[in-house]
Amino acid sequence: MATVFIPTSMQKLTGGEDRVAIPGSTVREIVKNLDVEFPGIKERLVDGFKIKSSISVAVDGEISPMGILEKVGEDSEVHFVAAIGGGRGP
Amino acid sequence: MTTYERNVVLSTTKFDVLGTRPVRPDATDKVTGRAKFGADHGMTGLLYGKILRSPHAHGRIKSMDTSKAEALPGVQAIVTAKDLPETVNKPGKRQMTPGALGGDLKYLRDRIMASDKVIFKGHPVAAVAATSVHIAEEAIGLIEVDYEVLPASSNVHEAMAEGAAIILEDLEFTDLGENTGKAGNVAEHTRDEKGDVDKGFAEADVVVEREFNTSTVHQGYIEPHNCTAQWNADGRILVWNSTQGPFNVRDDTAATLGLPATQVRLTPMEIGGGFGGKFEPYAEPVAALLSKKSGHPVKIVMTRSEEFESTGPTPGAYLKVKIGATKEGKLTAAQGDLRFEAGAYPGSVVGAAIECLFASYDIPNITVDGYDVVVNKTKTAAYRAPGSANAAFATESVMDEVAAKIGMDPLELRLLNAAKEGTRKLDGTTYPRIGCVEVLEAMKAHPHYAAPLEGPNRGRGVAVGYWMNAGLQSSANIAVDSDGTVALTEGSPDLAGSRNALAMQAAEALGIRVEDVHPSVVDTDSIGYTFGSGGSRVTFATGWAVYEAAQDVKRQMVTRAALIWGVDAEDVEMEKGVIRSKTDTELKMTFKELAAELNDTGGPISGRGNVDPKGAGVAFAGNIVDLEVDPETGKITILRFTIVQDAGKAIHPSYVEGQLQGGVVQGIGWGLNEEYFIDDSGGMLNTSFLDYRLPTALDIPMIDTVIVEVANPGHPFGVRGVGEVSIAPPPAALANAINAAIGVRMAALPMNPGAIMNAVWKKAK
Repeated sequence: MATVFIPTSMQKLTGGEDRVAIPGSTVREIVKNLDVEFPGIKERLVDGFKIKSSISVAVDGEISPMGILEKVGEDSEVHFVAAIGGGRGP
Repeated sequence: MTTYERNVVLSTTKFDVLGTRPVRPDATDKVTGRAKFGADHGMTGLLYGKILRSPHAHGRIKSMDTSKAEALPGVQAIVTAKDLPETVNKPGKRQMTPGALGGDLKYLRDRIMASDKVIFKGHPVAAVAATSVHIAEEAIGLIEVDYEVLPASSNVHEAMAEGAAIILEDLEFTDLGENTGKAGNVAEHTRDEKGDVDKGFAEADVVVEREFNTSTVHQGYIEPHNCTAQWNADGRILVWNSTQGPFNVRDDTAATLGLPATQVRLTPMEIGGGFGGKFEPYAEPVAALLSKKSGHPVKIVMTRSEEFESTGPTPGAYLKVKIGATKEGKLTAAQGDLRFEAGAYPGSVVGAAIECLFASYDIPNITVDGYDVVVNKTKTAAYRAPGSANAAFATESVMDEVAAKIGMDPLELRLLNAAKEGTRKLDGTTYPRIGCVEVLEAMKAHPHYAAPLEGPNRGRGVAVGYWMNAGLQSSANIAVDSDGTVALTEGSPDLAGSRNALAMQAAEALGIRVEDVHPSVVDTDSIGYTFGSGGSRVTFATGWAVYEAAQDVKRQMVTRAALIWGVDAEDVEMEKGVIRSKTDTELKMTFKELAAELNDTGGPISGRGNVDPKGAGVAFAGNIVDLEVDPETGKITILRFTIVQDAGKAIHPSYVEGQLQGGVVQGIGWGLNEEYFIDDSGGMLNTSFLDYRLPTALDIPMIDTVIVEVANPGHPFGVRGVGEVSIAPPPAALANAINAAIGVRMAALPMNPGAIMNAVWKKAK
């Protein structure tokens, strides 16, 4: 199972756990299974069919441009990190 | 043993084209003045636009009367916020812009033209199009606006103070990912954690904690923002402007006007600098509305004062940094509290600063809190590795103090704790192959570091900096012509020679001369989506697209040769510009020879590359600086400056050296001179280059460069972005050198003569 690192801001939902083992072969499946174990986390991570614009997902250390579609290996590390806006705003 | 000469490249890989220094294809146009910039764009029936801006940093618009301006002969159109679509937000669900950069639609429209409140000095409130610039200027002076002036907050301390006037009434504070529903000037509080900082500090023999403040500074590009817009009768809007992000500005201009993105065609003209500040629309939607109302194309060119007051500088910030280490020099814990100005609307660079703060080091226990704070200044924007210079100023100053306390050489302390492949970052991910250690080792080995520095009030400082670099989407097309040259079309505005760096990658991949590649940056109708030229991404990501387009060309050239020879394509290969049979040595053609046959053997060939690559490859840079402080005046004279930076692969070393030197000069300006002087009412006082002190060639010595090449495994040629990280270490290196020279630890930027003397007098008390 992949190891999913939980951002500080969402650790309330995981009872303080900062990393959890979750099955799934894509980020989409990881998010779905995370939500089964920790209800409410999907709403914090996903907007419709995409990872929220304020969040980036990294699989095995690389920020993925594919987002929810990115493949996840059996021993992968999955991180949800703050998207870097570079000062961009309205 | 490495021999250091001036501007050395420590190269590990040899290529045919990459690493050479060909003349840039736009050189003749640039040096003869023929290159066309946005302000040069002329059209039949062109009108000139001017924007009326708020004289107050915070106020409510009570009434506006445009009748006198409308009556002025030559005035063709006037627009206000009433001409923009209304933004209706449902409870709990704000409308966001559809473009790649994202953003709050109401805030975007309100920034372009104030609807009910003005929240920074220079905030647009109305605009005029007239038959001459002078008439337009006169007309905006005839518009009468009655304001209710409100108290203004100019920095994070004022904006976060109890009782501070609320700048955005609909802003709700998000705390650690949850909307609290509370009003205030803090948009968001985030926290990143790793390990256990309490345990880490308990293990430390030495702990240093310091507070820092940095001022608002502007990118200072020479060419101001400009645009010409034509709203055609068929509803299509044509825009010509100076931008780093044609697709980004196209998307947000359309969103501001409530139109689909592709209803706007944006043509990027040559650009006179951007440094991150030209990603946003400012006058484009206004010019488009004026064009719609008048039926004529409308050009708007900003003045320098408008640039300072109304575009996107980089924020002032407050930073508190604490670092603990054992007496042997091993870092045990680090903590940060970062409060960054966003400007008048949320969205500062605090997130990037958090990532940069301790990124150069392998520290087991870290906590960093970040606050995104709105203030009554123009909305901030990106500026060359945004957030990294503020972060490095704080961290690298504290690192120097830690080194002094434990009696260790400052470079040794940094090397002992340097991040390397496998180091887990604050966001939890681990580094792939990086060049932090190599940069530090090159600094240590450089003769500058060992050179004697004698005389009173002289000191040497070092610092390192980090930037994450970006990938993102790029497109490129390569069309083969019958004479064997190729036309390379791409969508990345060329800020510093990128069209040549891309042409060189095409030439290398195809095995042809770079002079046979003709690169063009084209409009948004003529190329696939390409994210803007920022984040040090062009040579990396658009380079990837060019590489893919070249592979596409190679595949088709091989297939065509096989067709001509009547053999299987699998038996044909193309290498170094020669197409040959793998089995018959008689069957071979050069790229030029095959190109000449294309039109008679099935038609032309073109290749395309569309990418969104991973693996941008982070960048590190380090500085060694010698300076002398005049103890009577506080004036600083820089005696010697060396920058070392990992480029992955320096495609065109002259351009890379230019990026290193340019970033250092901007870092020196940020460190020693530049700042927004804000008066008690929240207005900027120094809105010209006479009063806003950029460094000139007279202020700085030649910047010596060392390019380290630690190949990026995420790029076919090993490229890492090089455009930004060079600005990160200079303010810290200068502060450390000042401390070495006169024993004064500077805690705020800029470290101008007045600030130096104040610190000296404070220490003497």
